[in-house]
Amino acid sequence: MSIAWNAFTPASALIGGAIIGAAAALFVVLNGRIAGVSGILGGLARPQAGDVSWRIAFVAGLVAAPLAWGLLAALPEIRIDTSVPVLAAAGLLVGIGTRYGGGCTSGHGVCGVSRLSPRSIAATLVFMAAGFATVYVARHLIAQ
Amino acid sequence: MYTAASFAAGFVFGLGLLVAGMANPAKVLGFLDLAGAWDPSLALVMAGAVAVGAAAFAFVKNRTHTLLGAPVLLPSSRRIDRRLVLGSLVFGVGWGLAGICPGPALVLTGTGSAKGLVFLAAMIAGNGVFEFFESRKRAAPGPAPMRSS
Repeated sequence: MSIAWNAFTPASALIGGAIIGAAAALFVVLNGRIAGVSGILGGLARPQAGDVSWRIAFVAGLVAAPLAWGLLAALPEIRIDTSVPVLAAAGLLVGIGTRYGGGCTSGHGVCGVSRLSPRSIAATLVFMAAGFATVYVARHLIAQ
Repeated sequence: MYTAASFAAGFVFGLGLLVAGMANPAKVLGFLDLAGAWDPSLALVMAGAVAVGAAAFAFVKNRTHTLLGAPVLLPSSRRIDRRLVLGSLVFGVGWGLAGICPGPALVLTGTGSAKGLVFLAAMIAGNGVFEFFESRKRAAPGPAPMRSS
C-alpha cells in the first residue's frame, strides 16, 4: 500500500463528512427516521398512503443539491471511468444488494455506525470488504 | 412540514457528498483501491459524519417524538442474518465496480451525468428485482418474510 498524498483531501473530506452527518442529524431530530438513501428510494417501489411525499422530498433534495451548487459555482470534479455495461451491472447489484441487506453507505454506514447498531456495523464491514476485494480483483488481477 | 424537513435533509446530504468528494466515483474507487495509490480521504468522510451523527442519535435515543412531534422510528433489530450479510456483500461488489452508492447515484443524476443516469436506472431495476422476489415470497405459503428497514 502507498498513500496517494496528492489525491488525499483531508479537510474537505472531514467537512463534507460533517455536513453529511448534519443531514442525518437533521433528519432524525426532525422526522425521526434513518437517512438511508436505499431504503428511502426503495420504499417508493410499493407506495403506501402517507408514506410517499417525504421520500420523494428527500430524493428531490439529493438531486437538487448539485443543481443549486451549479448555479452558484463550478461543480467539483466528477470522473466516471467505468464503462456503461459495467455501470449497468454495478447498478443492478447495488439495487438488489442494498434492499436485501437493508441499507447502504448512508443507512448502515453513517446512521447505523453512529448509533452503534451491531447489524449496521456488520453490514458496513461486509460491504467495505467486498468493495476493497472487488477493486483489487478488477484493477490488479483482471486489468493486468 | 415533515416534507420540507425531508427535502432539507436530502439537500444538505447532497451538498455534503459533493464537498466530501463522495459524488466523484473516481475518488471513491481511489479509496477502495488499497493495493494501488490509496486515497484515504473517505475514511475521514466517515469519521466526520459519524462524529456529528452520533451526537444526534444520542439525543433522540430516549425520546419517543422528534422536535417536530413525529414518532422516532429507528430499527430495533440486532440480528445479523444471512440476508444482511449476503445483501451487503452483493452491494459491496457493485460499489467496488462503479464507485457509486445510492446517495451519490442521485447526486450524479442531478449533475446531468449520463453515466450516472445509467447507474441509477440499473439500481432502480435492481430494486424491482428485489420487489419481484419479495412479492412472490409473500404470495407463497411459508414463514413470513422479514421486513427490511
